[in-house]
Amino acid sequence: MSQIMGQPVTEVVDDDIAAPLLGIDQLGKRFGGFVALDTVDLSVPTGQRLGLIGPNGSGKSTLVNCISGTLQNETGSVRFNGQRVDGMPPHQRARLGLARSFQLPRPFRSMTVAENIRVPLLYTVGARHGVHLTQSELEDRCLEVLSLVALQDKARKSPLDLTQVEMRKLELARAMAAEPKLLIADESMAGLSHSEVEDIVALLIRLNQRGITIIMIEHIMRAVMAFSQRLVVLVSGRKVADGAPEDVIKDKDVVGAYLGT
Amino acid sequence: MRTPLFTLVMLAVAAALYLSFRFVGNDYLFFLGYVVLQYVVIATAWNILGGYCGYVNFGSAGFFAIGVYSTIFFYNIGQAPEEVFPEFLLTPMKWIFPLPLPVLIVLGGVFAGLIGLGMGYLTLRLRGVFFAIATLALAVVLETFIVNWSFVGGSRGAYVIPPENIPVFGPFIQYLFVLMLLLAVASVVAARLIERSRLGIGFATIRDDELAAETSGVPTLRLKLIATVLSGALFGMAGAPFPFYIGYVEPNSAFNLSYAVNAIAMPMIGGTTSWVGPMIGALILSTLQQVVTVTISSAVNLLITGLLLIGFVILAPNGLIGLWHDWTGRRSKS
Amino acid sequence: MQFDLLINAIIAGLMLGAFYAAVTAGISISFGMLDIVNIAHPGFIVLGSYIAYIVNAQFGIDPIVIAILALPVFYAFGALIYGIYFQSFEKRGQDSMRGLAFFFGLLFVTEVGLIVAFGVDYRSVTTSYVGGSVNIGPMEFPLRMLVPAIVSLAMFAALQLFMTRTFIGRAVMAVSQDPQALELMAVDPTRIKRIAFSLSMATCAMAGAFLIVIQPVLPSSGREYIGRVFAVCVLGGLGSLPGTLIAALLIGVIESIVTTFYGPSWAPAVSFGLLLLTLAVRPSGLLGR
Repeated sequence: MSQIMGQPVTEVVDDDIAAPLLGIDQLGKRFGGFVALDTVDLSVPTGQRLGLIGPNGSGKSTLVNCISGTLQNETGSVRFNGQRVDGMPPHQRARLGLARSFQLPRPFRSMTVAENIRVPLLYTVGARHGVHLTQSELEDRCLEVLSLVALQDKARKSPLDLTQVEMRKLELARAMAAEPKLLIADESMAGLSHSEVEDIVALLIRLNQRGITIIMIEHIMRAVMAFSQRLVVLVSGRKVADGAPEDVIKDKDVVGAYLGT
Repeated sequence: MRTPLFTLVMLAVAAALYLSFRFVGNDYLFFLGYVVLQYVVIATAWNILGGYCGYVNFGSAGFFAIGVYSTIFFYNIGQAPEEVFPEFLLTPMKWIFPLPLPVLIVLGGVFAGLIGLGMGYLTLRLRGVFFAIATLALAVVLETFIVNWSFVGGSRGAYVIPPENIPVFGPFIQYLFVLMLLLAVASVVAARLIERSRLGIGFATIRDDELAAETSGVPTLRLKLIATVLSGALFGMAGAPFPFYIGYVEPNSAFNLSYAVNAIAMPMIGGTTSWVGPMIGALILSTLQQVVTVTISSAVNLLITGLLLIGFVILAPNGLIGLWHDWTGRRSKS
Repeated sequence: MQFDLLINAIIAGLMLGAFYAAVTAGISISFGMLDIVNIAHPGFIVLGSYIAYIVNAQFGIDPIVIAILALPVFYAFGALIYGIYFQSFEKRGQDSMRGLAFFFGLLFVTEVGLIVAFGVDYRSVTTSYVGGSVNIGPMEFPLRMLVPAIVSLAMFAALQLFMTRTFIGRAVMAVSQDPQALELMAVDPTRIKRIAFSLSMATCAMAGAFLIVIQPVLPSSGREYIGRVFAVCVLGGLGSLPGTLIAALLIGVIESIVTTFYGPSWAPAVSFGLLLLTLAVRPSGLLGR
């Protein structure tokens, strides 16, 4: 297989290169003197399941933060659905259809599980043009989203009473409730058991089949390989590989920088 | 309970209170009641930002004083319009001034709300502690300006002479009492309405986790500004009638630290997560303060308030409401 | 004449600034390094002033000597307060609002407690140097300013040495950055924080003595310093002692010039205004990255 450094292997996965859902161009971010992201390019077409891997401190989380708006990039641009989004606060990006989950679940602690789901329904779905949800529609949507992750029985519980895996599911469900076009799942499986990981992977694939583009950041290679149609590797803030998963993991640069160790 | 019904119930309670006070017929009761109600407004105002959004305001006294000095400003204009306005404006201004008290209350609210907006815009992007520190600073900056502004009396203070009697209400204090009573009802109804609305849910997400709130589509900065303006406006409205109540205002009394402390202590002691807490806290604590001030001394009364605040935040973080829920929860289990 | 006035304003400002540095040192440690927003700090400084006042009035000992003797008491007091703070707020996590209210309550209780005990009269100390001054040409150095300023700088230097040269000092600097790394080194972060907080409280004894040497003290004097200490601390870039010193001198000089040319009633607004400005424009401070 040929070298795939820094260039998408388009023939493998891209069937809609004309209008990528997410277009990242020459993205750069520094913290003081530390370069967290160094001119990263990434183009994700609608409907793709993309895996993003890299060692700790490689800039994965910084990239997610720059896409979702929790951090602002310094150079380059982020385009989403044909619109420039860098400079926008996170809530505006969320309303455009960009959702993310956090590595460590961040539930709204004073609310019930169902109320957690209501927040994006009210503030993202409800804030989109021409959408108005009535009380009963809200309730229905809440239960619908919760049943998607099999949490419907815990709707009235406090998130603090949930188990680890349930907490992760709530995190994903809250992101899902916003009816996103793109979902970024940031290490949703760290610390989970074998069957729990399979559970979440299956869930993500189900969501993808509903038409949602998904970027999954993950350390667990088994999950990454089961999920991804395309794999991107970040090392020290640079994209070192991008292509079909089975090709990327054979790439000797990737093996040297990351997987081999 | 639906909001219109709740409003009616609150108004009925207010009317009953007023009528029973009139029945007793002692003006002293109205003087005491005014202070207690003023603290219901103040505690509710603080809680909109502090309890709902989790942003601590130490500058309550400053916002209260904006209301106080807005009234003094317009009162002084009304006293001598010929010194303020040019010749050709005098006739219409004499028709407008002196402004009636309800208008002064609204103006106090507008100014305090605007200052809240300005300060919020400067500091609400930062972590909550910086906002808290900035509010401490705000009160002192405002006090310095007032001390150096002779039109509103500067450090000497200013006199406001209320009319003795007023139609329908009789003694002026009864009129003041009714205004404060309505303001208290309005602020409690507003707080309850916010709590149950989309806005209130947004506020709670800010208190719980601002980052998660943003990524769930909550425009946190705008919501924090709304809370600061609402809260500030209520403080200002609570302060606006104060010059008429007290008759003589100096910076020390308008910016008194006890407002800042009570504004925090009352919701903390009552419970910060719902509209009931600040109201209960204000009713209990300010009634207690009135009693202690009369029977022991005002310094001891403030000491008790401070100690209660410390005790509650350590031992009963959810206030009296939290204790009540614990107690009823345990009883229903056993 | 105007030039002499300016020179003396700057000198007075530098001495004032050195004193502000002592007042802020503790906040730089507690707020800057430990992220504990001890807004009661100025209240404890006034408490230190009153202790100096009581002992000085009884035995005629120099207030600064009294402060040095009182250091262990304040250190122990700090350990106690940190213990309560840790148990009630820090351990439970995520509840900064109640922690703030706790310290606000302490500030208030200290002030009102002093009012109940001593009334609202000004209290001052008598020392041999209070009235004297050193003159160099047109420059005047009143001893009641100069002595606290010099001792304050000495204290500041000692703190900086402690923070950079000792193991515990370095651990304190590290605890805000990465408590996990400390745990890996078998250092208990809670213990380090307790030591640092106690140390910050001990500086209150010194700063309190300086305060009452410089000017008579009221129970409410502490509040005038809340804005100043946080202005200095934030301007100095949270937790940097050298930054704190520079910011303190700067604010001292600006305040002194404002007092000289516009009158003392405007002085309080200087630091508060600067604080608001810093927070709005450059919250990382002068020297912050």
